[in-house]
Amino acid sequence: MSNSAYITGTCIIRENKIFLNDKLVWEGEGPGLQELLRAAYDHFSGQYPKFHKMDPLSKLGWLAAEVLLKDSPVLQLPKEAVGMVLSNRSASLDTDFRYYATVKDIASPALFVYTLPNIVMGEICIRHGFKGENTFFVSEQFDAALLTTYAAQLLAETPLQACLVAWVEVLEHRYEVAMALVERSGTQPLTAAALNFLYNKKI
Amino acid sequence: MQKVFVAADNIVSPLGNTTLQNYEQVLLGNSGISLHDNAAYAAAPFYAAMLAPGQLASYTGSNNLNDYTKFERLLIASVSAALPQTDIPLQSNRTGLIVSTTKGNIELLEQGEAAGSAAPVAHMQLGYSARRVAAFFGITNEPVVVSSACISGLVAILTAKRLISAGVYDHVIVTGADVLTRFVLSGFQSFQAVSAAPCRPFDAARNGVTLGEGAATVILTTSEALSKDFVLGTGAVSNDANHISGPSRTGEELAAAMKLALEGSGISPEKLGFVSAHGTATLYNDEMEAKALHHAGLANIPVNSLKGYYGHTLGAAGLIEAIVSMKALKEGVILPTKNYETSGVSMPVKISNAIASTQARHFLKTVSGFGGCNAAMVFSLIS
Repeated sequence: MSNSAYITGTCIIRENKIFLNDKLVWEGEGPGLQELLRAAYDHFSGQYPKFHKMDPLSKLGWLAAEVLLKDSPVLQLPKEAVGMVLSNRSASLDTDFRYYATVKDIASPALFVYTLPNIVMGEICIRHGFKGENTFFVSEQFDAALLTTYAAQLLAETPLQACLVAWVEVLEHRYEVAMALVERSGTQPLTAAALNFLYNKKI
Repeated sequence: MQKVFVAADNIVSPLGNTTLQNYEQVLLGNSGISLHDNAAYAAAPFYAAMLAPGQLASYTGSNNLNDYTKFERLLIASVSAALPQTDIPLQSNRTGLIVSTTKGNIELLEQGEAAGSAAPVAHMQLGYSARRVAAFFGITNEPVVVSSACISGLVAILTAKRLISAGVYDHVIVTGADVLTRFVLSGFQSFQAVSAAPCRPFDAARNGVTLGEGAATVILTTSEALSKDFVLGTGAVSNDANHISGPSRTGEELAAAMKLALEGSGISPEKLGFVSAHGTATLYNDEMEAKALHHAGLANIPVNSLKGYYGHTLGAAGLIEAIVSMKALKEGVILPTKNYETSGVSMPVKISNAIASTQARHFLKTVSGFGGCNAAMVFSLIS
């Protein structure tokens, strides 16, 4: 297959810091994930009340997409031409535990709806109107080969012109996001090595 | 483009542990759904399609699977039954395993609570179960897990096809399962989405889903020599971008996936024998699907939902329903939508409510789920 997939932007959220295209764009004052999410939301958006209803997994993915796509030409593409391939280790377990704690009393529909890992993709799609391909993979470790191959295949054989490719993981106090915007043209080819470099980058 | 064939398939459900048993039960109009009164699941009696006590153990037979969870045993039972039908190398870097599920081992959360000691979090990770299943069969490649809500089963088949097209694999075992748990039942009940009677897809009297459990497997291959009856057409996924727990108001996004699947496969709507719809029997889902069928030019094509036989088996649903539909098309049969009597959707669609015959060579499978996701895929008899 010809290489027609390129990384055109990246966002990393880890250890209380947010990086856009390798540059530190936000540093939280801590102490935890909730504080980071709230403060970064106020800084980067502040205009999307639905954010406050989301679970931490959705907030993390939504926030990374918000930072990465701000003023991006991708937002002008046909909505069917933008999609995403997201992945993580713990699926929605972080929220599963919280939901199940409500079952003994009154089961919470507001939590139950977040007990699926692909809901974060739904939230990003709602925010930007994206209607293209979306798939969620779960793997024990960051699987750069799978993400690279699958995203490149989507750009090659579907109407997608842009695809968010990301690892969005949260379980209790541990969290990390490594998100890449992938398009059909650019200068940095999408390769497993490039995604691994992004994921493993020391910050 | 690389052709991808179906080499083997299996369904493990309350209706049986082979595709043939399942198909025969569906053809007879029998359902796995029954009334259950079990405080471990819910305070009040509920309808569901659940495996009877001892049923799964009878399926797994001589294999000692005491160390595996019910979810893992379902997967193992289904893959074990599919493998002998074909001849693919398991210890090969050209053979992949793709697992579809929504909740995996979430039963451990409930069992841990009942036992007063929490199960290790690591054992509830979907990748952990997938690795154990791969190891059981000696599959050497790293397994892939698809977890995209109720569309997972069909997306797992589509993922396999794409990874084969990309040159990663020559053969892929696609398997999926979900277990009926208090976790899931309580969640759908909290949405007021569980029907008080067995679900009635597309019917005027429908009032929600009936949940089910089960597993299913298809083995896909590039080898024409190993192919049985079907070749995969094009598949597509779309998102509503509308609401995380409610479907599209217009159905245009599911219709877009249907059209991409048909156009990509070079199939015009009249070539379809039927559409195997998602048909969960919630008010909004079935209405959305009826609109989508219209937008995609499928209003005159027979449509069925198999939820009245299996309930909604979540991560297994797309697989189970695709496999039953393949068997039906091969036999030239359009299956009826159990419990459907009177149309309860605003757009006229042709809901199949009696066994009919077809000479068609193709059917379309569709699914939709929480998070606004939809998928559609064409399956074609090999000519």
